[in-house]
Amino acid sequence: MTQTRTRTALLLTPPLLWLGVAYLGALAALLITSLWTQDDFTGQIQRHWTLDNFRDLLTIDVYRTITVRTLAIAAFVTVIDAVLAFPIALYMAKVASPRLQRLLVIAVLMPLWASYLVKAYAWRGMLSQGGLLDWVLGPLGLHSPGYGLFATTMTLAYLWLPYMILPVYAGLQRLPDSMLEASADLGAHAWTTVVRVVLPTAFPALVAGSIFTFSLSMGDFIAVSIVGGTSQLLGNVVYNNIGAANNLPFAAAVTTVPIAVMLIYLAVVRRTGALDNL
Amino acid sequence: MTMSRGMRAALMAFTALVLLVIYTPLVLVVLNSFNVDRTFTWPPPDLTLKWWDAAWHSSGARSALWTSVEVALLATAVALVLGTLASLGLQRTRFFGRNLVSLVIILPIALPGIVTGIALSNAFTTILGVGLSLVTVVVAHATFCIVTVFNNVQARLQRLGGNFEQASMDLGAGPFTTFRLVTFPMLRSALLAGALLSFGLSFDEIVVTTFTISATDQTLPIWIFQNLFRPNQGPVVNVVAAVLVLLSAVPIYLAQRLSSGAGETVR
Repeated sequence: MTQTRTRTALLLTPPLLWLGVAYLGALAALLITSLWTQDDFTGQIQRHWTLDNFRDLLTIDVYRTITVRTLAIAAFVTVIDAVLAFPIALYMAKVASPRLQRLLVIAVLMPLWASYLVKAYAWRGMLSQGGLLDWVLGPLGLHSPGYGLFATTMTLAYLWLPYMILPVYAGLQRLPDSMLEASADLGAHAWTTVVRVVLPTAFPALVAGSIFTFSLSMGDFIAVSIVGGTSQLLGNVVYNNIGAANNLPFAAAVTTVPIAVMLIYLAVVRRTGALDNL
Repeated sequence: MTMSRGMRAALMAFTALVLLVIYTPLVLVVLNSFNVDRTFTWPPPDLTLKWWDAAWHSSGARSALWTSVEVALLATAVALVLGTLASLGLQRTRFFGRNLVSLVIILPIALPGIVTGIALSNAFTTILGVGLSLVTVVVAHATFCIVTVFNNVQARLQRLGGNFEQASMDLGAGPFTTFRLVTFPMLRSALLAGALLSFGLSFDEIVVTTFTISATDQTLPIWIFQNLFRPNQGPVVNVVAAVLVLLSAVPIYLAQRLSSGAGETVR
């Protein structure tokens, strides 16, 4: 027993030192930095304690708007991806032949490996004036939606869709066919089976996928800067405060918002078993 | 499955439609690299190979590519060691704080990249006072790559169970011999798949990289981002983008050959 314990301790020490010191330590340091201030003239960080950054974050309208906008877009993207991913994953796991199933997994995986930037850039091309969407929509008398929040939501949903399809597919694969047959034998309509048997089974996997889609959307500033037009998300505020404004303490304060949101999110979804589906 | 014909057809049509939407932008990028016009006009007025020639001679793109490969290899090496240790350590042991350990491993991918990026950047520059360099990029990338190796190895260990190791120990092999002759060979393909994923994650990463790289170094994504809005570099960026889209088939091919269970190595 003690031997197993020593073994476990020895094995876990290096990764925990890395993650504990390098990562958790950095997160703690970030929280501390958010309580410092920045000298406007010299640009030096002044190490005395203040809640000013948080007061600004809560009281200045523009930051509140951006926070709400960011959370709303992240939620929209998550819902869109869940709605798109579920039927696809169901088709892959329960309808397609084994051969087609393998091909579909490849088809879903490939775009995941194509560079993130390239995909965001591709949407810039799709949405541009005189671009593909204009060309397709033109005969219908419509135009491309152009760059803005709509384009941002669409692009983010596009970027993170595989992160939702794959866990849901893996979750549905574990659902035995006999369950579906039992449901049918008991007289359930196919639709009832989907709602009462398939959907509850897929739920932890959907939640697992939502951790990625939500978190990745909340932290994005690159896709926003490529297709977002003038609109900004929290990520842009952080980025701008590090680059141009060089106000690291305020940027640190802004990042406590996504950290808090994600920690609450993880705490809530822990009960669903989603974390085992990651 | 006992599904009506109509439902199956609807699911198939939906899947096909979404896949069409998924691939359209990627095809557009590849076609656009041959577009005579410098912008994304559709349909292209004429096709040309001159941008491919220009990209081939672009030293900036080339050196950024090697930087990316270097960083990704180093980050993957670190992640392989730490991720494997973590999954072996958590395997079949129950102890107080076990869930906390898994949470800490998951956290770097569960929190937005911008959090990881600014936290590490702040720790390196403000707290530790070491300058940003490629080393800091490797440290940052390894941190979020650990979980991909961990997930792959963990899944494999769970599927294998502990019988082989116990048999090996019963036959008198020590822990190291057992690892070398029994555990490691059974983990090999899971490790390769995990390494492949780590490499891909690191190679493509831009958010965390933006915050942890020095002003003079460039990985490929950083190079692309910096040149994206420069009209002169546009066509070269188009070609690099097209190459990256076409290359994305390679890891998929490798991963498929490595894994027996398709669902396991997906991320």
